[in-house]
Amino acid sequence: MTKDTDNSKPPIQSSTEVFEQAMLKKELQDEHYILRLFVAGITPNSQRAIDNVQKICESYLQGRYVLDIIDIYQQPSYAKQSQIIAAPTLIKELPLPLRKFIGDLSKTEQILAGLEIIKKPPQPTE
Amino acid sequence: MQNLLKTPTGIKGLDEITDGGLPQGRPTLICGGTGCGKTLLAMEFLVRGATQFNEPGVFMSFEEKSDELTKNFASLGFDLNELIDQNLLTIDHVHLDPSEIEETGEYDLEGLLIRLGFGIDSIDAKRVVLDTIEALFSGFSNEAILRAELRRLFRFLKDKGVTAIITGEQGESTFTRYGLEEYVADCVIFLNHTVYQQIATRRMRIVKYRGSAHGTNEYPFLIDQQGFSVMPISSLGLDHPASNERIPTGVPRLDTMLGGKGYFRGSSILISGTAGTGKSSLAAHFVNAACARGERCLYFAFEESQNQIIRNMHSIGIDLGQWVEQGLLQFQNARATLYGLEMHLVVMHKAIDQFHPSCVVIDPISNLIATASEAEVKSMMSRMIDYLKMKQITALCTDLSSISGSLERAEINISSLMDTWLLLQILEARGERNRGLYVLKSRGMSHSNQVREFILSDDGIQLRDVYIGLSGVLTGSSRDNQEAKDLAEALDCQQQIELRQRDIERKKLAIEAQILALNTQFEAEKDDLIRLINKEKLRNDTLLLDRQAMAKLKQADKPSAPLSTIKNNELGASK
Repeated sequence: MTKDTDNSKPPIQSSTEVFEQAMLKKELQDEHYILRLFVAGITPNSQRAIDNVQKICESYLQGRYVLDIIDIYQQPSYAKQSQIIAAPTLIKELPLPLRKFIGDLSKTEQILAGLEIIKKPPQPTE
Repeated sequence: MQNLLKTPTGIKGLDEITDGGLPQGRPTLICGGTGCGKTLLAMEFLVRGATQFNEPGVFMSFEEKSDELTKNFASLGFDLNELIDQNLLTIDHVHLDPSEIEETGEYDLEGLLIRLGFGIDSIDAKRVVLDTIEALFSGFSNEAILRAELRRLFRFLKDKGVTAIITGEQGESTFTRYGLEEYVADCVIFLNHTVYQQIATRRMRIVKYRGSAHGTNEYPFLIDQQGFSVMPISSLGLDHPASNERIPTGVPRLDTMLGGKGYFRGSSILISGTAGTGKSSLAAHFVNAACARGERCLYFAFEESQNQIIRNMHSIGIDLGQWVEQGLLQFQNARATLYGLEMHLVVMHKAIDQFHPSCVVIDPISNLIATASEAEVKSMMSRMIDYLKMKQITALCTDLSSISGSLERAEINISSLMDTWLLLQILEARGERNRGLYVLKSRGMSHSNQVREFILSDDGIQLRDVYIGLSGVLTGSSRDNQEAKDLAEALDCQQQIELRQRDIERKKLAIEAQILALNTQFEAEKDDLIRLINKEKLRNDTLLLDRQAMAKLKQADKPSAPLSTIKNNELGASK
């Protein structure tokens, strides 16, 4: 263990730089988003979720997103593959890390923070 | 009235205590603490359903991944992959990571229901397991939605008509941590894993079974290489068959003591005795005789290993090894402290079910007693013996009693359960210890009330009469001594008699000789007399002739008749 840390000391210093560079890059680059929305039929929740996600994408990610909307009633095997439990569920597959949002996606601020579209997430209010 | 339909679990014993299985088409809750076997029970329900009843099943796991489950159950001999390939099983691992999920408004658990529904429809499943659905509570923060959705989930399961098992972790004062029993109202099974005196015992209890009779006790259960087995060993009742067949004890003289034929088949025999009185040897004789008749024997040894027993019995001329090789004899060796009494019962039960013996030896039963309280021992033993009697298995138990107060203890515990009770005792006298054997009781047969001396020789056990004389009961060398003395006395007596007989004989001969002599003398005298008579006659005749000649010479007129002739004539004339 001690050997490893000794060896990796110089990379640590440089990795900070790499990280900072990456942060800069991220700001500059228009990252592509791959989003999947799983809904269970046309329920009020589904409808709202679809409206909300489309609104967000159009407002913040115009031109750099792919949004799939999947009805798990029609394709139930997808539910297992993507580990869907609740409906509706929005999965951000790219950029990493993978995140899931459940519910009708009405809390826009929270979603924007979760999607890392806006930098500073508002403190979650209980 | 239609009875509640039940789905047999195929798990040994569980169907008996539930009177046929779990309620069909309804969910059953299995709850218990960590590591008590909930997942195993649930999985075995599916595996047995698939393999024995051709009912496919869905296993929805919230904790273990499917490859983990496959590995874990491979060690129990369940090949889950094969079942999955045959479309008899579906494992759906529900991955729940609260850190990945953000709740952003209203939602429902339709995704879970769809997955479950898809799983059920894809293989036409009849059985479903949700293990452990409580994981949802840690994954989602909105409990109100969750509870509403759970209710919907259970309704969904009922609508689908599947028999479901829901597992739940035990709560502090409730059966499950999140109160799942609220939703599953039909059947609740509680698993328990208790440690008493450092010995762990797993138990199962049916807390509730709506619309069905069920066993209410805590039943011990076992998890081993063959999976789950529950032992409903209680309340068997006293209606077991009673055989009139007698089986030899292996010691001919002991057979004689027991009405000439030995034990009853299916009876229970207790051999009590202090250390070194030959209990195991007596048991070995019994086993040897049974195996020689071609019967199967199961030997539960709690003190010695199999090899040790075989070696030791060689010294009294019994070769148990050959029976083991022929598959007629099986040893089950375990330390009594290995597990609790109930567990022992379960293990023995299982071994008996697998081996189908006609004779069982428990050597010694007293070691089991040491691991639990008296009441437990009695209940365990009565269940064991009831079970053996039901199966018509002859049970021979040895009981190591301590020197003092031994009998009373055995009496309290088990003697009333036993049909035949042999007591081996050390008879100590004149610096010698000898073994004595009594028949304390033997139900249903006339038996000897005599003490027999019990001798372990190279050719096995021999029973000999003890010497009962003026100086009391004698055994061992003093008995031999006394017998020698008796023999000498008898010889002496015999010699005296012979001597007297010879005397008499001699006397008889002497008397006979005397008689002969007297007879001879008599004969001689008789001869003398005859000779005298003849001589006299001759003399008379001569005299007559002389007289006639004289008369002739004198020329007398008429010859005078001789005296005798005259007399005869006169007598004849007068007639």
